[in-house]
Amino acid sequence: MSPFLVSFKLALWTSLILLPLGLLMGRWLAFSSCRHKSLIEAMLFLPLILPPTVIGYYLLQLFSPETFTGALSIKLLGGPLVFTFPGLVVASIVVNLPFAVQPIQLAFSALPLEVREAAWVSGLSPWKTWWHIELPLVWQGLLASSTLVFAHTLGEFGVVLLVGGNIEGVTRTVSIAIYDSVQAFDMRTAGWYSISLLLFSLAALLVVRRAQPAT
Amino acid sequence: MSQPLTADIRQSKPFSMDVHLQCGPGELLALVGPSGSGKSTVLRTIAGLHQAGEARVMCGEKIWQNGRTKTGLSPQQRRVGMVFQHYALFPHRNVLENVMLAIQDQPRDVREPRAREWLERTNMTGMEQRKPAQLSGGQRQRVALARALAREPDVLLLDEPFSAVDQQTRRKLYRELAQLRRTLKVPMLLVTHDINEVQQLADSLCLIHRGKTLQQGKVQQVINAPLTKETAKLLGHQNLIPARILRKESAQTIHELESGELLTGPPCEFPVGQSVILLIPPTTISIADSRQPPAGINCLRGFVSDAVGLGDELSVRLRLETVTKALRFRVPLHIARQSGITAGVTLDIRIRETDIHVMASDDD
Repeated sequence: MSPFLVSFKLALWTSLILLPLGLLMGRWLAFSSCRHKSLIEAMLFLPLILPPTVIGYYLLQLFSPETFTGALSIKLLGGPLVFTFPGLVVASIVVNLPFAVQPIQLAFSALPLEVREAAWVSGLSPWKTWWHIELPLVWQGLLASSTLVFAHTLGEFGVVLLVGGNIEGVTRTVSIAIYDSVQAFDMRTAGWYSISLLLFSLAALLVVRRAQPAT
Repeated sequence: MSQPLTADIRQSKPFSMDVHLQCGPGELLALVGPSGSGKSTVLRTIAGLHQAGEARVMCGEKIWQNGRTKTGLSPQQRRVGMVFQHYALFPHRNVLENVMLAIQDQPRDVREPRAREWLERTNMTGMEQRKPAQLSGGQRQRVALARALAREPDVLLLDEPFSAVDQQTRRKLYRELAQLRRTLKVPMLLVTHDINEVQQLADSLCLIHRGKTLQQGKVQQVINAPLTKETAKLLGHQNLIPARILRKESAQTIHELESGELLTGPPCEFPVGQSVILLIPPTTISIADSRQPPAGINCLRGFVSDAVGLGDELSVRLRLETVTKALRFRVPLHIARQSGITAGVTLDIRIRETDIHVMASDDD
């Protein structure tokens, strides 16, 4: 499988899994007045500032068969997660959580409480309020979230290298292929991969900008 | 059938509240008080949007909120129609859909005709397909009212609905609401801090200050006869003069001001010797002929410490010679010119005795 295909497959899985997760967490963070909210937010946004190698290191520790989580994954999946595609997906989800949650949290925070209250006193149940009022007003946030996650997954390097290794057709993504090509002085291939990623990322950011509600 | 609404709301946190009110079917009760006094919280508690420490809200025989058992109906179950301060229309839905969303419990084929009917009654016909962003403030307010009424609510709650529109639109909306309410047979609560609005629209008034009900009654009764000095001040009364009941006669009471001067007022229930506060409405003050020495009942002399033209009236602040408090009143500009009223001149006034209102002094 070409590095492009591996990258796209990884980005797709990550986006698909993070969309509902980001929706739940983003909405909760926007509306909750829980005491520990700031701690949870801080933990959630850690991947934004930690070096990817640090996250990769801890994930390797988690995946190791000596730990409970590692043993559990072996029991469930029949083998260790490290250097596998599912392992890569788990790592990618952790790294991308802030990118998934933040746009959705912002979209829900921008929703005036009065509008939701108006829906309640108009007789709309919480579920109907979500469906008829909230969702149509936050869809730009969902689009921004998914696009960011997709684009960011394509560009992820450090964690992917540590957790996935560099197995051709399985865990070798575009960004690792670029690294490999440069190491082998194959600048032409590295150039093609790079310009493709650059153009795709630019397009993704344009989508995110366009999805911002008009002010 | 329409039922009266009663609410007893008590809480100590996050701020203390002790409010009691009742509103009959078809009655429009204004909740009045300065900002931060808790008026909106009262409305939100009735709507089920705020959980007060101990609240008992009843609509007829139905218990909406039971303070003791801490149980209550959800906002959805209460059947309230509420107009929010900033209208809170659903921005992504057009006018017709905004109203139809509030009657989701009705059969599908009933929703549109009923929504159109209420939009017609609120003068919004022809605007059905517009989004809220394409409407003026007054139009948004009408849609919000149509949405609140289309539910055929048991109670109508209006949270400062006129505060965000210009003066001209406001007058138009007052007229429309006054017309509309003739057909409404449910209790209506209007939160406002505008006494003019209250006088034009409401039947009764409930004055709330720092989370407490100070007085409830018919609008003119509360405004003309506040029970305490605090209430009088909150209602905008300015001429509050301390005095003592000197003598009671069959048809009048003689009050002694701090200066020893006497003011005659209508009969009152306070005993002789009691310290009181006299409320002297500006409309009871007239200019006396200053060429003659002040004589007769309720004639006082003072000097004008301040006189400012406000439109076609002169706002006068009169410092009485012997009383520390100044009196404020307005004189039509042409009369002020004739009488030569400017700052610094001496002026004799006469106070009409029948309209002096007597309140207990705060010291007692």
